Amino acid sequence: MISSRFLARLSFAVVAVFLAAPLVVIGAVSVNKKQMLNFPPQGFSIDWFAQIFTDPEWFRALIASLVLAALSAALAVAIALPLSWFLWRRDAPWARIFQVLGVAPFTLPPVITALGFLTFWAASGFYGQPWTAVIAHAIFFVTLPLVTLSLGFSSLDRSLVEAAAVMGADDRVVFRTVVLPLILPYAVSGYAFAFVLSLNEYIVAYMTIGFVMETLPIKIFNALRYGYTPTMAAVSFLIVTLTALVFAAIARFSDLPQLMGAMPAQNDGDIKATPSRD
Amino acid sequence: MRLALWRGTRSHLHDSFGLTMPGLELKGVTRDFGSIRAVNDVDLTVPNAHFVCLLGPSGCGKTTLLRMIAGLDLPTAGSIVLDGDDITHVPLHKRDFGMVFQSLALFPHLSVGENIAYPLRIRRMPRAEQKRRVEELLTMVHLSGYERRAVSQLSGGQRQRVAIARALSVSPRLFLLDEPLSALDAKLREAMQVELRQLQQRLGITTIVVTHDQREAMTMADTVIVMQGGEIRQAASPTDIYRHPADSFVADFIGSTNLLELVRGDGGPMLLGRPSRLALPYAMSRAIVSIRPEDVRITAPADDVPAGTVTFIRDLGGTVEYFIDVAGTEVIAVTTPHERRPVSIGAAVGLLLDPAHCVVLTR
Amino acid sequence: MRREAPRSWRDYLPLAFPAAMLIVFFVVPFGTMIVVSFFRRQQAGFYTPDFVFTNYARFLTPFFANVLGFSLWLAIAVAALSMIIALPFTYLLTRAPRRSQTAWLVALLSILALSEVIIGFAWSTLLSRTAGLTNLLVAVGLMDAPQALMPGFGAVLTAIVYQTLPYTILVLYPTMARLDPTLAESARTLGASPIRAFFTVVLPVQRTSIIATLIMAFIFALGSYLLPQILGRPQNWTLSVLITDQAIYQSNMPFAAAMAVFLVLVSLGLVGLTLLLGQQREKTS
Repeated sequence: MISSRFLARLSFAVVAVFLAAPLVVIGAVSVNKKQMLNFPPQGFSIDWFAQIFTDPEWFRALIASLVLAALSAALAVAIALPLSWFLWRRDAPWARIFQVLGVAPFTLPPVITALGFLTFWAASGFYGQPWTAVIAHAIFFVTLPLVTLSLGFSSLDRSLVEAAAVMGADDRVVFRTVVLPLILPYAVSGYAFAFVLSLNEYIVAYMTIGFVMETLPIKIFNALRYGYTPTMAAVSFLIVTLTALVFAAIARFSDLPQLMGAMPAQNDGDIKATPSRD
Repeated sequence: MRLALWRGTRSHLHDSFGLTMPGLELKGVTRDFGSIRAVNDVDLTVPNAHFVCLLGPSGCGKTTLLRMIAGLDLPTAGSIVLDGDDITHVPLHKRDFGMVFQSLALFPHLSVGENIAYPLRIRRMPRAEQKRRVEELLTMVHLSGYERRAVSQLSGGQRQRVAIARALSVSPRLFLLDEPLSALDAKLREAMQVELRQLQQRLGITTIVVTHDQREAMTMADTVIVMQGGEIRQAASPTDIYRHPADSFVADFIGSTNLLELVRGDGGPMLLGRPSRLALPYAMSRAIVSIRPEDVRITAPADDVPAGTVTFIRDLGGTVEYFIDVAGTEVIAVTTPHERRPVSIGAAVGLLLDPAHCVVLTR
Repeated sequence: MRREAPRSWRDYLPLAFPAAMLIVFFVVPFGTMIVVSFFRRQQAGFYTPDFVFTNYARFLTPFFANVLGFSLWLAIAVAALSMIIALPFTYLLTRAPRRSQTAWLVALLSILALSEVIIGFAWSTLLSRTAGLTNLLVAVGLMDAPQALMPGFGAVLTAIVYQTLPYTILVLYPTMARLDPTLAESARTLGASPIRAFFTVVLPVQRTSIIATLIMAFIFALGSYLLPQILGRPQNWTLSVLITDQAIYQSNMPFAAAMAVFLVLVSLGLVGLTLLLGQQREKTS
């Protein structure tokens, strides 16, 4: 039993090293003193992190990314919320088609969605407008709040709504006073998922507005082709850290394993759940 | 906590030659989960061929104890010895025990026959012999011919039997069951209790069953072990546990009882405000007295017996329960319909508490 | 509260906005893409509305067949490798204490969310000659001289596995987490070693989920559009890379659209297969 525990520890360690290695390298490279990528790093400098804010191009890209992420995530939630509410409230099997439509872009290879939007915006004449990227990202990522919200709705106790209805509340009031407060955590985690993914997304953004403006991933890729600087590494490291922080925040305020599909946590947090643990 | 197993009047744990067989011994077994102590320093001996029930409420440590015996958990301290061999650190899959889980844990991707043959395959039993053994076991549990059935097609009782057959297929030294009948409905449960007991006696296999149902324990076990708070409160035969509970917890957990206070008064021990012939334990001014409702007799009020008022009568058809208030203490008496007392709610009555039926407890 | 069927038009109101958005901005773009795939391509990047099969006819060229074959083979290899690593790992993960699971889920989600650009950049750095793994080995003394481990098939494979592994683990996670722990425990009480219990009970019980995850991982790997470009040579390019290349650099929209349609059909077919498997599983359980 001891040796199998050792094997388990070992496999966790191996996977951890594999997953962390590239990120550690970026982190190390981003603090290199000279304007070259060296590993192990020679000298230490956080100049490259400062560059994100001082270099006008990088700063513009940073703002573009943040604005795009904030807006598209909001739009995604705005689409997902009424849809999941409708599916939960009403018995309308044909409406499931919209759920499928919501999930579809995400399950297909991203280049397809990107190309779809490219042809659409080109045909409709709006190609290049910044807001086209907002809509494209919102649709692309609508799956995420859709999934978290359906999880939230399925865990909603219908008798709460019934009680409110008995006390005289109609649908709108019920939604505002009973459903919304309870569903809010799931809406927030859906927003956070969409935000973080939008921040990282390259191909859809590139194909919709890539020739007009740069988001951070677009700028990093361009920098990849035209010259490596540690600023790229600094930006990448920043995005990785921000991504991890967002998910850590989600984990802090909700039951992340349950969100990802496990059974809800038992009261005894750390103790492994075994049946009838008397 | 040192436990005196021979609390009963008969020492029923010897074989026919009067020699004690070693059987399973637990010595100082403790299990901590972080700061929670689930099992506290338990000593226990289970002689061979005995049927033992670990009985107690949720969280008392009985399942944890069973899992440690099985090898699914490692004790934080203490040792587990089987027939003289220390098996505390023997890996689970080498212990050769048979275990039935509460969930039954039948493998859904295997047929009934394949489920039962699973441990035989691991031990590399020849195919032909496997087949023969599976047939033998299915016959033993009254499921002949079910080899090819899918597990999902079986009823609850049938799955029960398959789980039992599978656990017994290797003729294990210990047969362990964790709340095996909890998923069955009441009637089927009672039938299975009898069947399980008969099976065990026929095979002569040492069996330990975990249950929270005291009727189940009383039906099946040679020895009932009552647990609470990670400790053994009492281990004795069903009759002894009922008649001579070791403390008020056991008295209250098994069947129902009245727990009354025996106090030192001016003229001697007092029970319910009247002098009592019961003796207080040495140097103690208070004790708890347990008397079963069927042993409380209702009579006409008199000076020398406790007096009370009937507050409620519950006629359940097969029994009649009387709730009597004696100066703030509630006493319950039970009779059969044939011995119904001529009293109604509000009547003043006297209570006869025969000292022979009273058990004096220190805690 | 019972779910009632919608009665008045007012009941449909919540559905209006989402439905409109999804139809206008998802169905229509896809429709447009399908239509464009039949257009005729002109020089200088324009295309005229037409209805020709030339774009699809190009599928029959050896060049395309090569790319397609390579894409499928790469995706299969990635999916297989990811599964081999993910299966025991996810099982161990679901048996770990809840707090560890949460920490790992945060890490896995973070890498899953990570931009393909950043993954490509990170791996190109790690495998480079000046700032990578080999430099570390030289510094430690295990190697004489640093060398570039990219571009090449190995680099592409490793990076796409890196990208697909978190996805595979997270798709396996729900089923593994909900697996009855007493099944494996029971197998071990019956005499199976932990490894034997894993292969004879844990895996077979979930075989539908495992196959479905394999298919999902395959589709996911197919979608890698930058890593073959950054870490590989042109012979390592996949269909997704080709689509981006044709759409942007070669300005051949109709051909790109045709390939995209083809990719959609393949992916949808596989997703349909996964759903079918899921339904079959419902029937037998």
